[in-house]
Amino acid sequence: MSYRQAKWNEQLIFEKSTKGRIGHVPPSVDQKESNAIGNPNDSVPPELKRKRSPSLPELSEVEIVRHYTRLSQENFGVDSGIYPLGSCTMKYNPKICDRILNSSKIRDLHPLQDGSLTQGILEILYHLSNYFAEITGMHGISLQPAAGAQGEFAGALIIRAYHDSHGELSNRDEMLIPDSAHGTNPASAAMAGFKTVVIPTVDSGCLDINAVKSVVGEKTAGLMLTNPNTLGIFESNISEVSDLIHSAGGLLYYDGANTNPTLGKTRPKEMGFDIVHLNLHKTFATPHGGGGPGAGPVGVIEDLEDFLPVPLVVYDGKRYSLDYDRPHSIGKIRGFYGNVAVLLRAYTYILSMGWDGLKSVGELSVLNANYIARKISLNKKYTIPYYPNSLVKHECVISAEKIYKDTGIRAWDISKRLLDYGVHSPTTYFPQIVEEALMIEPTETESKAELDRLIDAICKVAEECYSTPELVKNAPYSTSVTRINEAKASHPETMCLSWKMKNNRDMNSKDR
Amino acid sequence: MVNSEVFPYLPNSSSRIKNRMLKEIGFGDISELYKDIPEKARLKDKLNIPSSTSEYEVEQQVEKLLSKNRSISEIPSFLGAGCWSHYVPAVVDAIVSRSEFATSYTPYQAETSQGILQTLFEYQSMICELTEMDYTNSSMYDWPTALGEAARMAVRITGRDEFLIPHYMDLEKVEVLRTYSEPAGIKIIQIEQNEHNGQIVLETLEKKITEDTAAVYIENPSYLGFYEKDVEEISDLTHKKDSLLIAGVDPISLGIIRPPGDYGADIVIGEGQPLGNHMNYGGPSLGLFACSGSRLLRQMPGRIVGMTNTLDGKDEAYCLVHQTREQHIRRERATSNICTNEALCAVAAATYLALLGPEGLRNLCETIITKSHYAMKRLNEIEGIRTPLFDAQHFKEFTVNFDETGRSYKEIHDELLRKDIQGGKILSSFPELGETALYCVTETNSRQDMDALVNALNDVLR
Repeated sequence: MSYRQAKWNEQLIFEKSTKGRIGHVPPSVDQKESNAIGNPNDSVPPELKRKRSPSLPELSEVEIVRHYTRLSQENFGVDSGIYPLGSCTMKYNPKICDRILNSSKIRDLHPLQDGSLTQGILEILYHLSNYFAEITGMHGISLQPAAGAQGEFAGALIIRAYHDSHGELSNRDEMLIPDSAHGTNPASAAMAGFKTVVIPTVDSGCLDINAVKSVVGEKTAGLMLTNPNTLGIFESNISEVSDLIHSAGGLLYYDGANTNPTLGKTRPKEMGFDIVHLNLHKTFATPHGGGGPGAGPVGVIEDLEDFLPVPLVVYDGKRYSLDYDRPHSIGKIRGFYGNVAVLLRAYTYILSMGWDGLKSVGELSVLNANYIARKISLNKKYTIPYYPNSLVKHECVISAEKIYKDTGIRAWDISKRLLDYGVHSPTTYFPQIVEEALMIEPTETESKAELDRLIDAICKVAEECYSTPELVKNAPYSTSVTRINEAKASHPETMCLSWKMKNNRDMNSKDR
Repeated sequence: MVNSEVFPYLPNSSSRIKNRMLKEIGFGDISELYKDIPEKARLKDKLNIPSSTSEYEVEQQVEKLLSKNRSISEIPSFLGAGCWSHYVPAVVDAIVSRSEFATSYTPYQAETSQGILQTLFEYQSMICELTEMDYTNSSMYDWPTALGEAARMAVRITGRDEFLIPHYMDLEKVEVLRTYSEPAGIKIIQIEQNEHNGQIVLETLEKKITEDTAAVYIENPSYLGFYEKDVEEISDLTHKKDSLLIAGVDPISLGIIRPPGDYGADIVIGEGQPLGNHMNYGGPSLGLFACSGSRLLRQMPGRIVGMTNTLDGKDEAYCLVHQTREQHIRRERATSNICTNEALCAVAAATYLALLGPEGLRNLCETIITKSHYAMKRLNEIEGIRTPLFDAQHFKEFTVNFDETGRSYKEIHDELLRKDIQGGKILSSFPELGETALYCVTETNSRQDMDALVNALNDVLR
């Protein structure tokens, strides 16, 4: 298969603007309305009248549709091909989950409508909370967090509220976080006011239990862990970790970014966790939208239920409603009730898959990752740290350290060259504890043939690093644009963050 | 129940393929891949959720539940207060449904993600034009969380810990602000607003801004729909003490009213949902976030897209910039923990603003103002009703007071519901306003809707 991404050299939409064109005509007013008030501009106080019209582009509808259609063609999505971005769980997003959203029964539903008019969506949210409670083993669920990181923030605030309720907040200010953790973990803990204590990883690829022992104590607020971890390895000593943290009075937080392989096999509850977030745009197949919207529901054990953010969806046997009367709650973490459109997609997905389908999701995500790990481990140019001593679950992290030492070619270059093979590249340089890391998460929705194609590409690029190094160093060639000057983009002298900045820069260079 | 172990989204689910793959990598059974999960941590039973269901049945089931809702396309509604009914042009739905956009991740691999990157760059550019600010990020979750992040950013920049907010604000937004502020030790202080015209009282504001004031936050139009007129004076008072001015806006209103950049705002936040995003029962929304000055840029949370070029110099190109501010690089010292944001809602906003252009946006503002003023005029004709409560100009939202009817608004509201009209939001958080509701009228409210409201109220209050 040869691959070539569309290349349209699309100008900025501002540069295609022609004065006087319009792409959409807003509704007008009728005579009675306009007779009643006269000129609407007279109702804007003079000191608040906009002086200059905003320089928005002026185009006809067809020009706009073509512009953004062409731009979409310069974008690679899961619908284009395999997207093995580790820890991002870029699985296929079933189309039925999108079509459900076309209903005006959800699109045109205002969040403040009377409860008698919103029983349908409340019932769905109530069931969905119960499904997540079952999937995680937690007792209470809040569907509100807008993303995984917001779920973490909510979770960290719950830990804070819990220690506060025991009069221990001032002492317990340390959050233990493994060095392999997602960056959001320390960032969320810091936002909630905690200091982070980094726990190293040992040879098995798991967190260092002795290091936990040496730092855990009366200052410990909790430990944030993803399991399987970002190396794709299951933290087998999880029960011991849980006992250690709990006996010191801390709480155990489950970063649900890697929940996919656990479905139907294990749950945060059985692992001993107290608080969990799930990433619906990962495990529950909602589209990632080029960076969002996602959803990051948070679940807790019974003892922590009072601290969940308000409101919760409740049912009294007759009627579904939103419960704000929760005096110990950490409060509100966002407007309204959550990313409902995303939640509805996830609900549709869970109904489609059922318990049996979700179990297969877990199993096949693990099978696919192990298939890739085994095949790539046969290629001696890459190494897979900790493997095969430790099995992998949903993802594997391969290292291009040997290639780098032999040829000077970096994981970054390899990731760029892979794009030429019509696949998305793995996550690079993460986790930070693996040198020249390429983190591969195939997900369960890739066929064996597509996996083979990815493995072939990864192996071929390794060969190219030795045979035609320049080819790799200057890649990619088949994407809309060739290798981008990223350093220039962030340099204070050359950065350009808007059309306005571009215009100013162009004008200045003309002056010179 | 689907009578099969094979699932349409799982290409390797048939046992023939599964076993072949297992065999190829030296395993006999899937369970061997799970032997690292200790017995204690294993799930003993199957998950207690229904078994798999065919697409047709799922669709029937979900639609049946959704049919219990009655949306505002079925009954007239006058709700706003943080989520607004604005018409979403068909083009916007078509563009955000492009699966190349919808099914892509955050564009870490820029060369293969130019489409979303250029679109987000255009979004940033349009918000910069609309607000007259230097820099815009590619989205926060919503307006309330953007406010929380803005407060934390202002405190980081100034090293001060007091944050001033207007009295007449959405209580839920204030609660989100508190949630974000409390762990950072930020003190939230209310600014007095004149009870007759809603305007911030400049004399007391001047006293409240001290050497400890990180920022002054204003909303324009305010939560209760009136404009804040003294923006120049507020800006001067704020900057005199080296505090930052943060303005919260309804982006639609900027088609006609002054952008905060024009009166010296340092940070602009707002709700981008009105820009081409369906209400969807309140989420997802789109948190707008813009700032001016390079000192602020370095502290801005969220993704930012920049224009650069290819290394060979042949093409313009786009990529994420200043990632050293972000959690995946800076970890506990990041400007925020935000990772996944509302990028596709920003795509909708860019498409929407391109469709309307400056003329369309101004025309839309004029339509909204005409309609909201028609509604106020008609409501004022009803005995016992006073609207607006504040002696000031209003945009699309306005207070309606029922004190002189001798009835509680809640009672009237419920009677309107029985007549199939969804009235405005009951304002319970400001007892001094009496029996008052917050009504909203946009281009989606027909004159017939408003006349129906007036007739219904006449009936109810007779």
